[in-house]
Amino acid sequence: MSKLSQKHLLGIKNITRDDIELIFETADNFKEVINRPIRKVPSLRDVTIANVFFENSTRTRLSFELAEKRLSADVVNFSASNSSVKKGETLLDTVNNILAMKVEMVVMRHASVGAPHFLSRHINAAIVNAGDGTHEHPTQALLDAFSIREKLGSVSGKKVAIIGDILHSRVALSNIFALQKLGAKVMVCGPPTLLPKYIHTLGVQVELDVQKALQWCDAANVLRIQLERQQIKYFPSLREYTLYYGITRKMLDELNKEIVLMHPGPINRGVELSSDAADSAHSVILDQVENGVAVRMAVLYLLAATV
Amino acid sequence: MRKKLILDAAQLDLTISRLCQQLIENHGNFSQTVILGLQPRGVFLANLIHQKLSETVKEPIQIGYLDVTFHRDDFRRREIPARASETRVPFVVEGRNVVLIDDVLFTGRTVRSALDAMLSFGRPARVELLVLIDRKHTRHLPVAADYVGKYVDTIETQKVLVELEAQGHPQNRIWLTTNE
Repeated sequence: MSKLSQKHLLGIKNITRDDIELIFETADNFKEVINRPIRKVPSLRDVTIANVFFENSTRTRLSFELAEKRLSADVVNFSASNSSVKKGETLLDTVNNILAMKVEMVVMRHASVGAPHFLSRHINAAIVNAGDGTHEHPTQALLDAFSIREKLGSVSGKKVAIIGDILHSRVALSNIFALQKLGAKVMVCGPPTLLPKYIHTLGVQVELDVQKALQWCDAANVLRIQLERQQIKYFPSLREYTLYYGITRKMLDELNKEIVLMHPGPINRGVELSSDAADSAHSVILDQVENGVAVRMAVLYLLAATV
Repeated sequence: MRKKLILDAAQLDLTISRLCQQLIENHGNFSQTVILGLQPRGVFLANLIHQKLSETVKEPIQIGYLDVTFHRDDFRRREIPARASETRVPFVVEGRNVVLIDDVLFTGRTVRSALDAMLSFGRPARVELLVLIDRKHTRHLPVAADYVGKYVDTIETQKVLVELEAQGHPQNRIWLTTNE
C-alpha cells in the first residue's frame, strides 16, 4: 500500500504501524530531496495549506512551513495572538472562514485537547494536528521515532526512556503510542507528581531514578518542564528538579554504553539537560530538527494524495 | 491474456551491446558524461549498460539513480499514489552530458518528470535518452529517444513486460502482453 489509512493526522493513536512505516519510507526520500542543490519538488503546487496556530510555536511552525514550501504548496499563516479570535470568533467560524478561501489542508495547534478532532468532524479539509493541549503531537513523535530508526537502524526491540514532565507532555503520549506500535519498549521517568496516575495502563515501565533509566535505555527522550501548563507546584523548586532529574555529561559518561540523547525542544539549558550534555556526541537534537522537515513533508504529501 | 516474446536473452544481449557501442561512439571515454537510470525499472537496465560499458571503456563511468515520483504530473489524479524509490546522484550534473535510461518509452510523461527532477541537481550541458523498448504511436508529449533498443508497434491497452535476471526472473526476456 502507498496510501495512509486515515484522511487526517489527528494523533498516533488513530494510525497503524503500516501508516508509520509508509511515512518513514517516504520521509527517507524527502530527506534526500532536502539535501539536493535545489531542495524543492513540485508535488503540492496545486494545494493550499493554512497553518493555524492558536498556541505559540517557533520550531514546529517553521518546520511545517518549510516542509510545505519545499513541496511547492501555497501557504497562509494564522496565529491567534493577532486575529479575530480576540474579538470573540469561535474556532469553527475561524476555520470555516479560512477554508472559504479555498484551502485544502489545515495544520493546527490548539491549547484545548481534541480541538483538531472536533474540527475534523465539521470540515472537509485534511487536518494535521500540530499539538492539542496536553494530548498528542503526532509529527513530533514520528520524527523522534524516525531519528531513533536512523541512529539505531530500527525502532523494533529498542528500549526508549522518556524523562521529565510526562503529565503535561503531548510529546510523551504520542511517543508512547508511536514507539509501542513500532515494537519498542518504553519507560517513563520523572518525579511521581509529574507522572500521570494511570500511566501503567499504557503498558509502559515506570522508573523514578533517572540514572537507572539511563542505564536501561538505548535512547533517552528528555522533555522540558512545562511551567506554563502547571497551575500548582509539582516540585519544590527548579533547582531541586535539576538536582534529581537533570542530565549531565558526567552521568552520560558514567554509563557503560552509548545512548542516543533526544530532546523535542525548546531546551531549558541547565534544567533538564546541562549544556555539556545537550552539546555532547550523544545528542541528536539537531538531527531531529532536520528530520522534522522530511517527516512533515512525508505526512503532508501522503495526506494531500486524498484531498 | 496473450503473451508474445519480443526479445529473448541472446537478442537482448546483442541489443545492449549495440546500444553501448553507440554510446561510446558519441561519448568517448565518458569523462564528461554520466548515466542516470530512472527508478524503479530503468535502474536495472542502467546497471546492465554500465557493466557492459565498463568492459570496453577503461575509465570509471559515473552512474546514478533518479526517482521521479515527486515530479509526476498525475499526483492527486490517481487512486493510489505511486510509491517513491531511492534517488542517488553522487556527482555534479552541472555542465555534464547526461544519458537518461529507462526500460520502456510509452506516453513520455515519465521522461518529462525525469527532466524536471534532474534539473534539481544542476544544469546539464546536454541530455540524451536511451530506452530499450520504444512503443510507437502512444506518446502524449513530444518526447523522442536518442538510442532505441527496439521499436514496437503497440496499442494503449497492450503492455510491455520487461523481465531481467537482476529483478529476480529466471532469464532476460521482453514480452508484449494483450488483455483479451
